[in-house]
Amino acid sequence: MQQNTGFAAYFRPDKLEDSLELLSRQSLRVVAGATDIYPARVAHRAWANPQLESWLDISAISSLQGITTTATGWRLGALVTWSDLLAADLPPCFNALKAAAREVGGLQIQNRATVAGNLCNASPAADGVPPLLCLDAQVELASAGGKRVIPLAEFILGNRQTMRRSDELLTAIIVPSPGSTALAGNSLDSRFFKLGARKYLVISIVMAAGLVQWDENKNLVDCRFSIGSCSPVAQRLTAFENDLAGLNLDDMARGSLAVAELVTLDHIEFLSPIDDVRADAIYRRNAAVACLQELLESHVSFYRASVS
Amino acid sequence: MSLSDSSQNVLSSPEVKISFCVNAQQLQLSIDPFATLADLLRDSLQLTGTKIGCEAGDCGACTVLLDGKQVCSCLVPAAQCDGREVTTIESGSASTLRDENLSAEQARQKRILELLQQTFHVCGAAQCGICTPGMLMSAMDLLLVNSNPDRREVEDAIGGTLCRCTGYIKIVDAVLAASELLAAGKCHAAGYKPAESVLADTGAKQNLKIVGLPVPRVDGWPKLDGSERYGADKAPADALWLRLVRAPYAHAVFELGSFDPLISRFPGLVRVLSAEDVPGHNGFGIYPDIKDQPVFAAGRVLYRGEPVLALVGEKSVVESISESDLPITYTPLPELDTMDKALADGAMRLHENRKDNILINGRVKKGDSSVFDRDDILSASGSWQTAFVEHAYIEPEAGFARRVGDRIEVTASTQAPQMDLEEVANVLGVAHDAVRIIPSACGGGFGGKLDVSIQPALAVAAWVLGQPVRTVLSRIESMCSSTKRHPASIRATAVASREGDLLGYRLNGDFNTGAYASWGPTVAGRVPAHCCGPYKVDNVFCETRAIHTHAPPSGAFRGFGTPQAAIARELLYDQLADAAGLDRLQFRYRNAFRAGDTTPTGQTLNASCGLAECLDALRDDWHTMRQECDEHNAAAKAERNGGPSGQLLKGAGIACMWYGCGNTALSNPSTMRVELAADGRIIFYNGAVDIGQGSTTVLLQICAEALGLPIDEFNLVLGDTDLTEDAGKTSASRQTFVSGKAAQLAGEDLRHQLLGFLGANTDAKLSVDRKQGELVASMELSELRKPLAQLPSVTNTRGAEVIAEGVGCFDPPITALDENGQGKAYATYAFAAQICQVDIDLRFGRIRPRRFVAAHDVGRAVNPQLIEGQIHGGIMQGLGMALMEEYVPGRTENLHDYLIPSAGDVPHIDIKIIESPEPLGPYGAKGVGEPALVPTPAAILSAIRDATGIVIDRVPVIPSRMHAELRRAGF
Repeated sequence: MQQNTGFAAYFRPDKLEDSLELLSRQSLRVVAGATDIYPARVAHRAWANPQLESWLDISAISSLQGITTTATGWRLGALVTWSDLLAADLPPCFNALKAAAREVGGLQIQNRATVAGNLCNASPAADGVPPLLCLDAQVELASAGGKRVIPLAEFILGNRQTMRRSDELLTAIIVPSPGSTALAGNSLDSRFFKLGARKYLVISIVMAAGLVQWDENKNLVDCRFSIGSCSPVAQRLTAFENDLAGLNLDDMARGSLAVAELVTLDHIEFLSPIDDVRADAIYRRNAAVACLQELLESHVSFYRASVS
Repeated sequence: MSLSDSSQNVLSSPEVKISFCVNAQQLQLSIDPFATLADLLRDSLQLTGTKIGCEAGDCGACTVLLDGKQVCSCLVPAAQCDGREVTTIESGSASTLRDENLSAEQARQKRILELLQQTFHVCGAAQCGICTPGMLMSAMDLLLVNSNPDRREVEDAIGGTLCRCTGYIKIVDAVLAASELLAAGKCHAAGYKPAESVLADTGAKQNLKIVGLPVPRVDGWPKLDGSERYGADKAPADALWLRLVRAPYAHAVFELGSFDPLISRFPGLVRVLSAEDVPGHNGFGIYPDIKDQPVFAAGRVLYRGEPVLALVGEKSVVESISESDLPITYTPLPELDTMDKALADGAMRLHENRKDNILINGRVKKGDSSVFDRDDILSASGSWQTAFVEHAYIEPEAGFARRVGDRIEVTASTQAPQMDLEEVANVLGVAHDAVRIIPSACGGGFGGKLDVSIQPALAVAAWVLGQPVRTVLSRIESMCSSTKRHPASIRATAVASREGDLLGYRLNGDFNTGAYASWGPTVAGRVPAHCCGPYKVDNVFCETRAIHTHAPPSGAFRGFGTPQAAIARELLYDQLADAAGLDRLQFRYRNAFRAGDTTPTGQTLNASCGLAECLDALRDDWHTMRQECDEHNAAAKAERNGGPSGQLLKGAGIACMWYGCGNTALSNPSTMRVELAADGRIIFYNGAVDIGQGSTTVLLQICAEALGLPIDEFNLVLGDTDLTEDAGKTSASRQTFVSGKAAQLAGEDLRHQLLGFLGANTDAKLSVDRKQGELVASMELSELRKPLAQLPSVTNTRGAEVIAEGVGCFDPPITALDENGQGKAYATYAFAAQICQVDIDLRFGRIRPRRFVAAHDVGRAVNPQLIEGQIHGGIMQGLGMALMEEYVPGRTENLHDYLIPSAGDVPHIDIKIIESPEPLGPYGAKGVGEPALVPTPAAILSAIRDATGIVIDRVPVIPSRMHAELRRAGF
């Protein structure tokens, strides 16, 4: 009865402390770009199940804006939108995340939706997760009681589930620098591949991100790969990474066959793709392998071109 | 803002104050912070130029600029607008602000928008116009930061905004045209008038020979400046809000309790309506004898989303009521969700009087069926499955109704005002003349707005309550309840002589017509008549059935079942061509109908039979395409194991179609009127609804040429059933042909009378000299004049005194079909052939059409630009049907799970217009609306087969299905 006679509250504080104080006292829906919350409301309303929740709108908290360089890497404030990210001057290790940014909805969404919101919404098809997993990103959670920093890989627990407690706010995404050589030149390369059934405005069927570093002897000294939309949470491919470690460019046969054959179904066997309207699980498995092949081929050919 | 101070207090107030700038005007408003910017603009500021298409960021119709960047206004909380700057479509040519009142940046923005508005107009970039404001905002966002974009950059910029009509091509053309003008510094003239377009003026408006010219839409400007009023854009200020309560089950029985507790619990809820409140017959439907779809379900629901109740009252109140608040007790029942289940022995019946859940059977039988058993022939067989396809017009159903004394008026988005009138009269139990339908602008139809949707419920509510009532469906409601393209299950066999002459065609097709009849009988009837395609086949045996299932009703959708049937046929003919050793185009050319041939319904085609010409026009492109594909594929095969380029195959596809314009073997008249009013105005009364295809422009061009006056002289009265005659529905590609002929006859009738008043020759040039108040006929050497006041006076059809009225009525000559489907099914047929080139990537199974060449015999191109627009849009809808669109009840009832083509999915399209004049048509013209789509899916599948050898038997061919086929075929 309460829901029909009362009204929901809309809080829009401009100080982080006030937000945390509010969160410590009541359950609130956290809103920034609002690109996920309105569609959900519309769906509820269409089926006669209107939701009445109070909102904590964090968009006025200026301390949550901006991308800053730190001693160990970068810090993306919770209000950084995909467009902010695209406009920022960032090194090549962010190319995959930027490529993902270009494929999140249309420009209208990119101008509004935040990267942090993408993580908190925790969709299995969240475009930001695979690139950020490759960056070994962490999230900073703040509450009235203090702060904690958690690896992204641990933060998202499942479909629409995260470790964020209801009294916490995700205040920043922390990206550690992927090594000293990474910033020096083109030995580091990061890429993103999204497979969808149309060009724009598409939810991925499968997506993959990769980050590789080659040393001066053309050895692969660091490689990180992840796959999204094939499990409740996007996953790093540790076994695959281990198999690739130490490979030398000159040892690879010319032509991409050899490169493509480095990827096998075994590498993604631990994933748990589902059947849905976009594709069936078998296809997703095969496409995940093919996404990795595409990524690896373009990593290799890019590097080959840069050293030749 | 004030909210930030209140964080330590208990709650925010329901309304908060914000201060923001809209279109260069600073405003302070009290707002509901949860409301969206779109609601704020439309409801609080009456800036209805911003449209709402999905409320989910999936369509971009609501795009505005927020601090100069494009955003979906449906996703911006009103609270976040505080201190921001918002720019909407109304900031362009509709703005009354002068440059001196604008900042330099605001003035620059205004000029860019105005320039885009002009180029959109001249390029024909707006069809129905519902996406246009959003599209213009997206384009403006681009040109503000990039004045010299390439095609790809334009696509990127508008990629978040969907258009269902244009196929995006003319939109991108228009943005590029604007950028070129911008680069050339040609946007200095502030305060231009649309007529003074900075682009090349066609000069058409003054031309008397206007049939054949690419006249920009005469109703185009309101679509560009935001002033057009669609179903959701206006309603009386005191209108109550109506919300339909929809069943969450596909099949259930239910009981209703008392509504009194609900009404007392929710002040502001005025009335709850159910089946027993319907004053007349609680049923509607396309066919006069099949009114089977209830306004409100009576105890039983047959599809998910079927309306059970209407809640009428204050909007915020009726929208806050939950399912759990309502006194409805459902008992879910097993559902027959496939045709196989519905046809199974002992299956329950959806409708008691429809045995085996078969609504209707359709049939064409001609010739000798033993031809299929001959062993000296080539034969090909197969079976195909197609999906439910959603129209996905960007404007969801919306409108209002009001009672005026003993009459009811319904203003809504529709394709068929006269049919709406009959449905409303029936539902209310009142005479036809007690109903007035006033069509709003229609934001896309494609067949989906031929059936009534909201109109009966609105009419019942307004009638019962005596107060205006309005509603706007959400995207989800629209998708779950509106009609769909029939899923088809087709088995077919085609046989030909070894030389490649078609001998016989046999088709058995079941069409899933959903829970109610809608247009099921039409599909079951149209498919047999068209099944063997535009080819001479002497032995044709076709049986169709429309089958009920627990799904939303399937209705009319661009082609009425013939695109589904074309897939089967064209793929079979490809196989016969290969078997006969003939090129696929040549096979079709060899068998193409020519004038004098007889159709499967026994009708002789006397004229306007331009398929062979269409194929001739494609020949060069076809050979180039085939050669490119063959060369690429040979190289790819060599490299299959050697590199990524070996992962791409190319294929060339071809398909033809024919399409009977107008109803199948049923009377289908249209009446048009044009008059010289007592004050000297020429008034054209046109009851045909322009749903974006351009009939308002085309019919005016025809009438103007027939009357012999320039189109600028005309005043238009459109659609309103109290003011215009029955022009029939906007369907079956009939308006140009049928209403066009009526418009020509009306124009000629008035011309004849006016020349008679002056005693002038038939070739005299007519004009009305309004300054002098005289009617004038100019001949080469002389001029005749008469004061208007001295001309006779007559009472027009609607009882007004006018100088003269010209009336034209045309009912295409057809005959009824006998039990074997024999007779003159249609008065004329459009013909077309399309070829395409597609890329298929073997790794992912993605299919990417790269190029189309479409040759269409339109009889006479009354307006080539509008025809191109129809062909672009039809091909893109066909592409969607072939590759991505599948409506699954309960699963894809939004525009992010149900995908329609975006601006990045468009192939290059070349168009060849063929004019094989139709003697019955106006100036030789016939239709093109549906023909544009009919062959497209078949052509794409033909190309897939060319590339891979695989005969696709199920659409849409989403990547996973193509990939599975490729694996099965050993790729």
